Amino acid sequence: MDILLEHILPTLFKIMLIVGPLMLAVAYLTYAERKVIGYIQTRIGPNRVGPWGLLQPIADGLKLLMKEVIFPARSNLYLFLIAPVLAIGPALAAWAVIPFGAELVLADINAGLLYVLAITSMSVYGVVIAGWASNSRYAFLGGLRSAAQVVSYEIAMGFALVGVLVAAGSLNLSEIVLAQSGGFWHWYWLPLLPLFVVYFVSGVAETNRAPFDIAEGESEIVAGFHVEYSGMAFAVFFLAEYADMILISILAATLFMGGWLSPFEGIPVLEGLFAWVPGLIWLLAKTAFFLFIYLWIRATFPRYRYDQIMRLGWKVFIPVTLVWLVVISIAQVMDIGPWFTETAAIAAGGA
Amino acid sequence: MNSLIFYSFAAILLFAAVMVITVRNPVKAALFLVLAFFTSAAIWLMLHAEFLAISLVLVYVGAVLVLFLFVVMMLDIDVAPLKEGFARYLPLGILVAALIVVEMITVLNAPAFNISAPEVLEESNTKQLGRLLYTVYVYPFEIASVILTVAIVAAITLTLRQHSRKLQDIGKQVAVRREDRVRLVNLRNKPDEGENAP
Repeated sequence: MDILLEHILPTLFKIMLIVGPLMLAVAYLTYAERKVIGYIQTRIGPNRVGPWGLLQPIADGLKLLMKEVIFPARSNLYLFLIAPVLAIGPALAAWAVIPFGAELVLADINAGLLYVLAITSMSVYGVVIAGWASNSRYAFLGGLRSAAQVVSYEIAMGFALVGVLVAAGSLNLSEIVLAQSGGFWHWYWLPLLPLFVVYFVSGVAETNRAPFDIAEGESEIVAGFHVEYSGMAFAVFFLAEYADMILISILAATLFMGGWLSPFEGIPVLEGLFAWVPGLIWLLAKTAFFLFIYLWIRATFPRYRYDQIMRLGWKVFIPVTLVWLVVISIAQVMDIGPWFTETAAIAAGGA
Repeated sequence: MNSLIFYSFAAILLFAAVMVITVRNPVKAALFLVLAFFTSAAIWLMLHAEFLAISLVLVYVGAVLVLFLFVVMMLDIDVAPLKEGFARYLPLGILVAALIVVEMITVLNAPAFNISAPEVLEESNTKQLGRLLYTVYVYPFEIASVILTVAIVAAITLTLRQHSRKLQDIGKQVAVRREDRVRLVNLRNKPDEGENAP
């Protein structure tokens, strides 16, 4: 009974505090996507339901809830139903280690970065199983494409994160943020610029978003892995995809953009002026910035050809990350530059 | 409480492992293998071996088994012929299984495995492991990585067929200009086709 009151209930409450706003953010990310892409293409976007179309995501959710869920003939029913669950599970589980503020984290574990990498690597199962269990050729092709793509880009992404680990000297996400303190030129986007670019592009590829959305590829394979899904089962895939997008964005903000740290740190007048802004606001603003880039990319670039995706992942990104890993390892050992001397001191102090 | 969690994970692990070899559908077998790996990672986590547990999930669940599933999904295996020789191979199978059990018992009873309780270190498990790997065990570690690299190169060389390969030179594809591909023809100057031209 004690264990229930002391540990389980507070933890459940904290989980609700993360998942609830996350689901709301997912709903309004779909709205933002349609609005942003609309304005980029000189349209207005959704504007009928509620003021400025603000109730559109709720209307969409209700519509999907009331739609009939169709099970294709000769599909593998059990796997067909478990696939959306396997897609959304990792997308939510990874949020456990995200630090929202200096002390604001659900599970402050030592190997946080590794945990995130492991959990996000599991999100491919939902897509692959959905593709196979649907008993449809289009869905199957989508699943196979996604499996090959995600496994390839995971390597580049992993190496980019190893770069962060070398620079910060820790796997704990809070410590990584603290290692970046001291103004926005101390954040890792500058010394780790190639890794930052590789990380974000790989993140776009991992979430199967445009221009890497060959798993869906509506002009080639109808809707790819979720072509046979309808109603709420389809909506769960949608939720998982958008939750993954927000996760990649908040991770990019945490690892390369100083997390909850203020961008005006170390600037004489502005630092005092903006001192009242809580860290959470900064983190969310940075996350929103990356989400906007997601949408911007989608509205700008045409879809990659399959072999070009593979080439980019294996022949461009992995060599870039390997070279830059050597560079920052040398910089770290030799205490070079304005960045690596300080972080080395912090890492030594923390050890 | 801890033992309760341990036994429930152990039960799931055993169940998944048995299902891997008994279930008829190979895709489901691969998925049960995923479950088995994941549960053993959870058990390792209970032993405070966080780095090992998470890398098990990262490497096996996240990459190896995805590729495994990739291959298995494309196969169309008929299960019936696979079961034909069951009775004939059973004695040999039991012998191998018994040998493995004996080996495991002798190995796990060795003094190196006689740890009464997992030691909770002050430093993080990952840091400790990294320090050991790169100082005390640096030569075995480096030799293992060289062997793995050789294996990768060998595997790639085996599958690389120089003759039947279709190569695309991306540089050339990108360097193509409109003038190389498009030729404008002035149709008006040809009097025969002038009437039908749109």
